[in-house]
Amino acid sequence: MIDFLKSEPVLIVLRLIVYLVAIIAFVGLNAAYLVLAERKGAGWFQRRPGPVEVGPWGLLQPIADGLKLIAKQTIVPPGTDGLLFRIAPALMLVPALMCLVTIPYGDVVFGRNINVGLLMVFSFGSIGVFAIMLGGWASRNKYAVISAARIVSQNVAYEIPMLLVVVTMMMVTGTLDLQQIVGQQAGGFWNWNIIRGIWDFGAGHLGSNLLMPVTFLIFFICMLAETNRAPFDMAEAESELVAGAFTEYAGFSWGLFFMGEYANIVVGCSMATVLFLGGWQSPIGVVPVSWGVLGSLVGVCLFLAKMYALIFTVIWIRWTFPRTQFYGLLNLSWKLLIPTSLVTLLLTGALITLRAVR
Amino acid sequence: MSTKSAFKDVFGGFKSLLIGLRITLDQFFRRKITVHYPRETLKMPERFRGHIELVLDPVTGKSRCTACSLCERACPSSCILVEGAKLEGAKTKSVTDYKLNFTTCSLCGSCIEACPFDAIQFSKVYNVVGTSRADFDHMDLVKQLEEKRRGWTPPPPAPAAPATPEEPKAP
Repeated sequence: MIDFLKSEPVLIVLRLIVYLVAIIAFVGLNAAYLVLAERKGAGWFQRRPGPVEVGPWGLLQPIADGLKLIAKQTIVPPGTDGLLFRIAPALMLVPALMCLVTIPYGDVVFGRNINVGLLMVFSFGSIGVFAIMLGGWASRNKYAVISAARIVSQNVAYEIPMLLVVVTMMMVTGTLDLQQIVGQQAGGFWNWNIIRGIWDFGAGHLGSNLLMPVTFLIFFICMLAETNRAPFDMAEAESELVAGAFTEYAGFSWGLFFMGEYANIVVGCSMATVLFLGGWQSPIGVVPVSWGVLGSLVGVCLFLAKMYALIFTVIWIRWTFPRTQFYGLLNLSWKLLIPTSLVTLLLTGALITLRAVR
Repeated sequence: MSTKSAFKDVFGGFKSLLIGLRITLDQFFRRKITVHYPRETLKMPERFRGHIELVLDPVTGKSRCTACSLCERACPSSCILVEGAKLEGAKTKSVTDYKLNFTTCSLCGSCIEACPFDAIQFSKVYNVVGTSRADFDHMDLVKQLEEKRRGWTPPPPAPAAPATPEEPKAP
């Protein structure tokens, strides 16, 4: 029996089940508590305390909210496209879960290390937009349809600079394997891609992308736009479109959209951490991996610290800036982000080619 | 738009975004100003105008009102009704009934200005709640004064003045 449990296929299946449960729990808890963090953040930025009534410091608020959502009826209004209307929320959450499978949270903490992890994350990340589009279309509601149209146009605009940035990063790192990308950034914050791109301290020469901080900024802005966060939340512009594509959704199918949205934020910030901020590597020279299990744990904590710092920035931005107008949003992408990301891509290509020629 | 002004636009705009972020972060770490209402209440300011009430004289523990009905006449909406009686051995009348119709009162304060004895004042009561109309169109201010009097204690007798004032010590 023991031998059977220790056999290779069983271990793989066990690992898959453990990670499946862990990822779903992680996404669920994250969505719940990020909503609390969001509301607390909103309060603190406006000098209010945020939710404080349920539990100590309002810590049980997400559980109360979740119970309320589960207890509500999922209404499918007459005239909607029933099938699409029902599968759209799942379609929102599932790609985000798929992305989380390959993200390396620590040197051993990852669902599956795929050698095209980067590609996989961004291909699944692009599916989320379909969910909102289909949900909005199937709702048979004018606001939802307007929102669906907006989100398509917004995502087309922001997918381009996002992928150009990813291509730049791919040229810099030379791999699509997320674990390898993190591995390259070992040994202190000056080795993280955001700085190593400018000056390579290990090799003692210029890095591959002199505009690396700009690249990071473009990535971050596109991430905000792709996850429909303020100031780019045109899809859910509540002052114009009621609730956008989610207008007709009620109860837990609406909750799934919400979970998917927050899962996407987690994925986006994780990718920013992996690509630019050294993943689970420590900011000072020590390598936690060499300490065994404890080191892995420290690595995971470092990763989460970096990720949540980025998420805090996302919340901070939301409660600072008003929503852009739609032409402002498109202008930003087509007139500024795409040219700039193209320039960084060309510069990176030129630098790498020059180095290869010499 | 020239290239130069386009660049200026981008960098200037980005700088303004950073300034905005700094301002909100500054607010983030400041003291919270919310008052948790049912558990905490704000102290009403000195000039707050609640419904009028009879003043409890801190020395005698009684109302100063002599039922002269000047307030009654000063009131533009006739919402005050005063009645008084002369008590045994007293020089002046004292109030026996003071009814305020708060439903028509506009809190103008003419009654308070008219009162020659400073016998009425604005209360600091702001959460006025009642279950029937009668709670407001016949507010019994004498009864409210009686309730207030329960917490009243006669002031301690003034300490006897020292026979010889103390000499200030030489520095």
